[in-house]
Amino acid sequence: MENNIRIETPVTDEEIRKLKAGDNVLITGVIYTARDAAHKRLIELINRGEKLPIDPKGQIIYYVGPAPAKPGYVVGPAGPTTSYRMDSYTPPLLELGLKGMIGKGLRSKEVINAMKEHGAVYFGAVGGAAALISKSIKKAEVVCYEDLGAEAIHRFYVEDFPAIVVIDSYGNNLYESEPPKYRIQ
Amino acid sequence: MREVNAKVIQQTVKELFLEANYVIGKDILDKLRQQYETEESPIGKSVLNQIIKNDEIAAEEKIALCQDTGMAVVFIELGQEVAVVGGDFNDAINQGVKQAYTKGYLRKSVVNDPLFDRVNTKYNIPAITHITIVPGDKITINVTAKGFGSENMSRIKMLKPADGIQGVKDFIVKTAVEAGPNPCPPIILGVGIGGTMEMAAILAKKATTRSVGEHNSDVRYARLEDEILNEINKSGIGPAGLGGRTTALSVNIEYFPTHIAGLPVAVNICCHAARHAQRVI
Ligand code: SF4
Repeated sequence: MENNIRIETPVTDEEIRKLKAGDNVLITGVIYTARDAAHKRLIELINRGEKLPIDPKGQIIYYVGPAPAKPGYVVGPAGPTTSYRMDSYTPPLLELGLKGMIGKGLRSKEVINAMKEHGAVYFGAVGGAAALISKSIKKAEVVCYEDLGAEAIHRFYVEDFPAIVVIDSYGNNLYESEPPKYRIQ
Repeated sequence: MREVNAKVIQQTVKELFLEANYVIGKDILDKLRQQYETEESPIGKSVLNQIIKNDEIAAEEKIALCQDTGMAVVFIELGQEVAVVGGDFNDAINQGVKQAYTKGYLRKSVVNDPLFDRVNTKYNIPAITHITIVPGDKITINVTAKGFGSENMSRIKMLKPADGIQGVKDFIVKTAVEAGPNPCPPIILGVGIGGTMEMAAILAKKATTRSVGEHNSDVRYARLEDEILNEINKSGIGPAGLGGRTTALSVNIEYFPTHIAGLPVAVNICCHAARHAQRVI
């Protein structure tokens, strides 16, 4: 992982537009967690025209439901969950200025189109590298939806969180461009 | 009759789930290291490196190697000369799971009702238990903590006998390739061929707990395992689906007699975090 690009949250449009699929990124700053159940609640609020518990503008959402923290640990193991389950909830958040998502696995056309339109990036973290990733999380607190347990929205303060730009804001997609290079017919 | 106390079963189940969630099998780690050496894709290499480091940290610090610590699946081979005393057998298993997940800082991911309530049961129970009665006076307990990123990409198909070997191969390869990056490749495929629909699925799950590098004892199935593994690794999906030669670590096939009219095939995908542990009591 040479040539790391460092970014700090909140991120600007300009910074996001500079990132290209394949870039290795180290993220520092506040990021928010949300999975299926939390997304569902956020979208219900948006649909009712109510205020959200977090302002997505310039922010990055990490799709994760951490394991409980052992005593002496800030957070438990916290690797990415599969992103497609959040696809139907994602475009309205991008419309509100969400700039990045961290997860694993494929995204829908609708999500990618909304990312291009509003300028956002999809980062991949390594699925199953939860213990390693948790080392870059320096602070963790629940923001809301505590009743959802691991699925509550958390605010993480991260330092040099390792991620790779899988889909950039122009729609370039590593899941499409990389495997063919290694395919044997 | 040999008497085994339910408390011993409970304690064993607890210890096995802790071990499985903290320490990846040596067979898997060795294979990951070997693949790291040969992987051609730079991104793929970096992903494998992260996975290896992760598994080393988890084992050393005794923390879960993946945050999805799975649904608890327990395979029991119960010797018919064993009498379980001092408590309810199924309770002992569930209590063992509950203790492992609460005391071991593992994530509780089970909901009470799949469709309507979806309320977390808080203790990662009930476990899913498969019991087989066997000769002898021992109990073999084989547990696996099954993550759902890979479980969700699993498939079952009732093929026709005429589909034959090629039909079976095509279905297995297609399942792995269509899963793409979602099940956290490199993956391990558990395959069950034959029996009835549920039997094929149970065989497939059991096959995910076989050691990487171990083959089916029938050479024809062993050859098929190698051929399918090769085929999947030609796909280029690679580690984390970001391109490379390492898409699958192992294809493990188990088979069972079936009906004259049928050829059931179940493919249970398991991620590189294939967490299982076994003990005989
Ligand atoms: S598929 Fe496996 S490695 Fe990936 S997040 Fe789920 S349990 Fe972890």
